[in-house]
Amino acid sequence: MNPRLSRLYGVRGWTILAAFSLLVLVVLPLLHPQHVSTYWVTLLGKIMCYAIVAVAMDLIWGYAGILSLGHGLFFALGGYAFGMYLMRQIGSDGQYRQPMPDFMVFLDWKEFPWHWWNSDSFWWAATLVIVVPGLLAYVFGYFAFRSRVKGVYFSIITQALTFAAMLAFFRNAMGFGGNNGFTDFRRILDIPIATPQARMTLCAITAATLIGTLLLGRWLVTSKFGRVLAAIRDAEARVMFCGYDTMHYKLFVWTLSAILCGIAGALYVPQVGIINPSEMSPANSIEIAIWVAVGGRGTLAGAALGAGLVNGAKSFFTQVFPEYWLFFLGAIFIVVTLFLPQGVLGLIDRFKARS
Amino acid sequence: MRILITTICFLSFNAFAQDAKVVEKLAFGESDEQVEAVAALVAAGTPQAAEILQALADGELNTSGKRVLIVKGESAVDAQTGEKLANVPEDKEDIVVNNRLRRELGGALAALKLVSPDLEVRKSSVRELLANAEPGMLPIVRKALATETDAEVKAMLEQIWAALELKAGDRATRLAAVQKLGSSRSPATKTLLLGFLDAEKDEDLRSEARKSLQAIEGRLAWGERLGVVFTSISLGSILLLAALGLAITYGLMGVINMAHGELIMIGAYSTYVVQNLFRKWGLFDWYLLAAVPFAFVVSAIVGMILERTVIRWLYGRPLETLLSTWGISLILIQAVRTVFGAANVQVENPALMSGGVEVLSGVVLPWSRIVIIGFAAFVLLLVFLLLNKTRLGLFVRGVTQNRDMAACVGVSTARIDTWAFGLGSGIAGLAGCALSQIDNVGPNLGQSYIVDSFMVVVLGGVGQLAGTVYAALGLGFANKLLEAWQGAVLAKIAVLIFIIVFIQKRPQGMFALKGRAVES
Repeated sequence: MNPRLSRLYGVRGWTILAAFSLLVLVVLPLLHPQHVSTYWVTLLGKIMCYAIVAVAMDLIWGYAGILSLGHGLFFALGGYAFGMYLMRQIGSDGQYRQPMPDFMVFLDWKEFPWHWWNSDSFWWAATLVIVVPGLLAYVFGYFAFRSRVKGVYFSIITQALTFAAMLAFFRNAMGFGGNNGFTDFRRILDIPIATPQARMTLCAITAATLIGTLLLGRWLVTSKFGRVLAAIRDAEARVMFCGYDTMHYKLFVWTLSAILCGIAGALYVPQVGIINPSEMSPANSIEIAIWVAVGGRGTLAGAALGAGLVNGAKSFFTQVFPEYWLFFLGAIFIVVTLFLPQGVLGLIDRFKARS
Repeated sequence: MRILITTICFLSFNAFAQDAKVVEKLAFGESDEQVEAVAALVAAGTPQAAEILQALADGELNTSGKRVLIVKGESAVDAQTGEKLANVPEDKEDIVVNNRLRRELGGALAALKLVSPDLEVRKSSVRELLANAEPGMLPIVRKALATETDAEVKAMLEQIWAALELKAGDRATRLAAVQKLGSSRSPATKTLLLGFLDAEKDEDLRSEARKSLQAIEGRLAWGERLGVVFTSISLGSILLLAALGLAITYGLMGVINMAHGELIMIGAYSTYVVQNLFRKWGLFDWYLLAAVPFAFVVSAIVGMILERTVIRWLYGRPLETLLSTWGISLILIQAVRTVFGAANVQVENPALMSGGVEVLSGVVLPWSRIVIIGFAAFVLLLVFLLLNKTRLGLFVRGVTQNRDMAACVGVSTARIDTWAFGLGSGIAGLAGCALSQIDNVGPNLGQSYIVDSFMVVVLGGVGQLAGTVYAALGLGFANKLLEAWQGAVLAKIAVLIFIIVFIQKRPQGMFALKGRAVES
């Protein structure tokens, strides 16, 4: 095998990855919509968006030891950035039959606020999806890492950040639709999104992005950069005394992680069809951490797996026993932290070692 | 004065003679005549007039042929002559009271109460009239003013009088009224004077009105400032109660207990349970005496169980502790939802704590909040004594400062952890008990305070109570001052951003324990 490829994954890893790609990118489109309903395709797409977030989270938590309780913010910012474009694509088909988005008509606004500038351009929206979360993360991270805020303190201020943002986005004056956020999307690039084909395409794009994210992350953590990151996680002071400027390492991976979340958010919004400020609630961000913990920290693929497991369970529980979901979720938090520090992947490895 | 009293006596002697025509109008007249009659009865201001109007309002005023009767159950009195009838006539008919008349009646009854011999009745009546006095009431207000002896009621009567004269009186009385209004403290008077300024042409009167207006505004501004200071201290004391327990557990174990908010919630629900029991026993007003220790014990026990079963096994892994305690909080929320239902439950203030004390007109300080400020100070004192004057406190401080060294000299750190965690949780329970008096008690109670209490702890730093106190009060003031200026949501956002920036400058909070370790 090519050494560049084998650096990322072994034969087994590549096989699983190839099988997954084949399944989602070839088999699923063939079965859809006759044998697999659009509901499942949308659910899969949604969960894969979460998986991208989980991989991004694993990059900073599993490899750099930074627990962010504010990643939902970057996810939502990406979603809002792309949502603005989707709102413009509704055109005059909204409830009020006006060229402005419904909530602006409702608020009696005559022109777009400044941050909606150029929002009808797809490429501008795509740029914002990357730049806004990235810039915010860079600025926030720069100050936090420069002052060596770490551990629980860092977690708490990220939580404060997302909480503050949530409160801000609840305000109508922000120009993001207040409580209701954005919804009622019709088209992307003038193509209707409610059709099965469009759903499948979005799902496939998400799958491709997830695979890309996994490979990028894997490439990063197996490089020298990744080793320094792991060293920072385990003994930051020693790495500093060895002459590394740890701040830049942390800042880079932190910003990258935020950008990945933003992309995931942008993919999430057209599939789920709504984005509102509750995506920024601190509870959502903490849940992201548990996806990673369930799958296994510091494994990337495990994080994606964890996102799938927890959200799959969530879909199941909220439909079948809605009142037990919080019990189950709470139990996962406790059981995983107490008994499965390596997550599900660690459990599998342990079984293998025994047999 | 004497002349006035004589006049009133004279009027009441003639009451029946005068009333007869008026009552006839009231009973048989058209709508306009009825309203006139009501005004006339108010102007007369006799007890009989009050009785007749009350009867009309209660639907007890009936007509029977040409006679007007007050029918109460099985007895009937002729409203014109005062003669008692042997039995209630068969042909009695109700007098129809339309909406217009009913409105007039309401004001009229309040006005008549002004001359009631009962001080409490007079007080409630002037309070009602302060907001909605009609020009037609001027005579009775004058009359009441002449006979009133209670200083407080008299002052309010003067306000009503001035407000009425402002509309009706000649130049001299208007001037007197404007000057009188200058001593008012109520926002309603301010609006009244503003309206007067718009309508009045006379320059002298206008300048007087402006002077009075300034005086009122000055007083109102003081009231507002006092209100802001009070709500700030109140919020600060609530934050202090919510964060105090967290500060102890975090300081001791470096563990952020995400379930702290739910321990607060458990305290609030314990209060709810005690309240219901005491209501059943008929001792409702005393339930808080039992609820305070009960909430403490319940939350403390839950906290100690958590420490023994979960948190103990995660020492040295603060981030994992954070996640597992979050899981605990989810379970506790859902458990409460399952047991008590998802809706908020009713916790009522005991009689002693309801209502408030009015320090200035328009500035009412609710008793519940005053009691909570006192309670927070009391809890703070207890914690201070516990930490500084007892053996347990000594050990807790020792473990906080240097866990390994404390263990080396024979402190059983594990046991100290459990006790301290119980203490912190118990204080959360006390916070819940206090919050139940002013906030909604529901499964999400804890969630709404958890972020705030983290902010207090993070801002204050660990290891010293002083930091927590300053941080709580500081945040209380910052929040309320900004709120008065920019609204609640922006204030909250500004405070959160301030904390984020502050942590950059002082990552260990305001009052960090000084050490020389690289990793701290």
